[in-house]
Amino acid sequence: MIHFENVGLRYGMGPEILRDLTFDIPRRSFQFLTGPSGAGKTTLLRLLFLSLQPTRGIIRSFDREVSTIPRDELPMLRRRIGIVFQDFRLLDHLTTYENVALPLRVRGKDESSYKADVLELLKWVGLGERINVLPPVLSGGEKQRAAIARALIDRPELLLADEPTGNVDPPMAQRLLSLFLELNRLGTAVVIATHDLSLMDQVEARRMILSQGRLDIYD
Amino acid sequence: MTDAPRESAQEGQAARRPEMKVRPTAPIVPPSNVSGNALMAVIAIMAFLACLTFGAVNMVRATAASWQSQISREITIQIKPDDNLDMEQALKDVRDLALTFSGTRDGTIVDRDATARLLEPWLGEGLNLDELPVPRLVIITIDEQSPPDFTAMRAALSAKIPQAFLDDHRTWVDRLVAMARTTAFIGTGVLVLVFSAMVLTVVFATRGALSGNRHIVEVLHFVGAEAGFVASEFQKHFLKISLKGSVAGGALAALFFAIAGFWQGRSIATPQSDQATALFGSFSMGLTGYLGIAATIVVIALLTTLTARFTVMRTIHEIDQIRSDPSRTDQLPDQ
Repeated sequence: MIHFENVGLRYGMGPEILRDLTFDIPRRSFQFLTGPSGAGKTTLLRLLFLSLQPTRGIIRSFDREVSTIPRDELPMLRRRIGIVFQDFRLLDHLTTYENVALPLRVRGKDESSYKADVLELLKWVGLGERINVLPPVLSGGEKQRAAIARALIDRPELLLADEPTGNVDPPMAQRLLSLFLELNRLGTAVVIATHDLSLMDQVEARRMILSQGRLDIYD
Repeated sequence: MTDAPRESAQEGQAARRPEMKVRPTAPIVPPSNVSGNALMAVIAIMAFLACLTFGAVNMVRATAASWQSQISREITIQIKPDDNLDMEQALKDVRDLALTFSGTRDGTIVDRDATARLLEPWLGEGLNLDELPVPRLVIITIDEQSPPDFTAMRAALSAKIPQAFLDDHRTWVDRLVAMARTTAFIGTGVLVLVFSAMVLTVVFATRGALSGNRHIVEVLHFVGAEAGFVASEFQKHFLKISLKGSVAGGALAALFFAIAGFWQGRSIATPQSDQATALFGSFSMGLTGYLGIAATIVVIALLTTLTARFTVMRTIHEIDQIRSDPSRTDQLPDQ
């Protein structure tokens, strides 16, 4: 589904953050992306999300080479990818329900067609009682769960999550992991960037370890 | 979404509490905030000033045109007193002679009382015209489109009554035409300056108000919204703001002219009103004036909406430029 070949990236004239990355993200796969802070995990996720282009190498996304994709076709491609940002990026003037429903709203869907699904998902992530609450009132963990729900709501083909369990307690982390696994069982490829070793130990999954700009993969 | 949450929700159906109600969906762009209110105030002020300037320039042009028209519609024949001249007879003869020329319409002799009133500001009341060698006037109304032959009329008058002098106001008319043109030119210049200031202020104020919403543009872009969708959401929002602001400003300006016109109508023939009328002309705007105000409101609303659209499209373009240029680390979160 996603293929990286000798991909390298540097910011300006600085050193290469990522070097010679060659790997695949197969369909329906599940993998953790880990490594020390500053190793380039978020940068790699942004490359996967098409919000950055590499300074060298080739990236193929959904059978298309990303450097040749016109700008106006990017939104359609991004709709196939769900992303959970480390800083959540929820809109403060919209309620939890409205934030989670946002991807469906921008696709022009009618509220009656998605309302029940959004409410069910919010219950599943433990926000069933917080649907009318604005993000500034939510705790860090609640914001994180709302951001995860927003990424999942349209069943993306690829889910990218940046530290998705960083602000939740172990039982909720376990529950969210179950949600990712369930999503993966239903056909979504999942990439979770995390430092949480205990989370990774719970699942037999591929581990992609970034260190000093290089990637080691343990299947 | 997935079947899993659906199954889980079914499991818990027995213990399900009454469904929570979802509030009516809020607009994607927040309906009001500090920058939006400030923009509305700026638009209202600029619309008021632009409409006021438009109305004032319109008024000055109308006044200058009316001066020019009034003065060029009449000619004056002046008869100087002479011992051998029967003034009343001479006035009648001069009027009759003038009216024989084609292009003349009507002739009025300024009678003794009216002449005394004309001189009253300088010589005071109770003036006896017989004691003073005061010239008398005959006012002839002419057809502006095909005026009479002034040279022939002048020659005929001096042949019949040598004390009669024809003043066709040509010097005055020429000077007034020049003044009216200058006034209209200056007025148009002021109007252009005010409109330019309005355009720039509205553009920059809109961009300022939008900069506070950049995070919304980014989030929409990242959840897969197309650029046109994002732009239309912001367009709708800024169209509402600009319409509210410009209608308020334009209505205030129209109200100002309506009140000034009403005051002028009510206080007609009073010294204050006469002075104001002499200086500024009539405060009546007419249909053109009100249409101009409506056009200004439409221009401001369009301008704000288009600025919002271009700014959003540029923001999205910038986000995508960062994508293709990793050396630009602005807008990017930590690596």
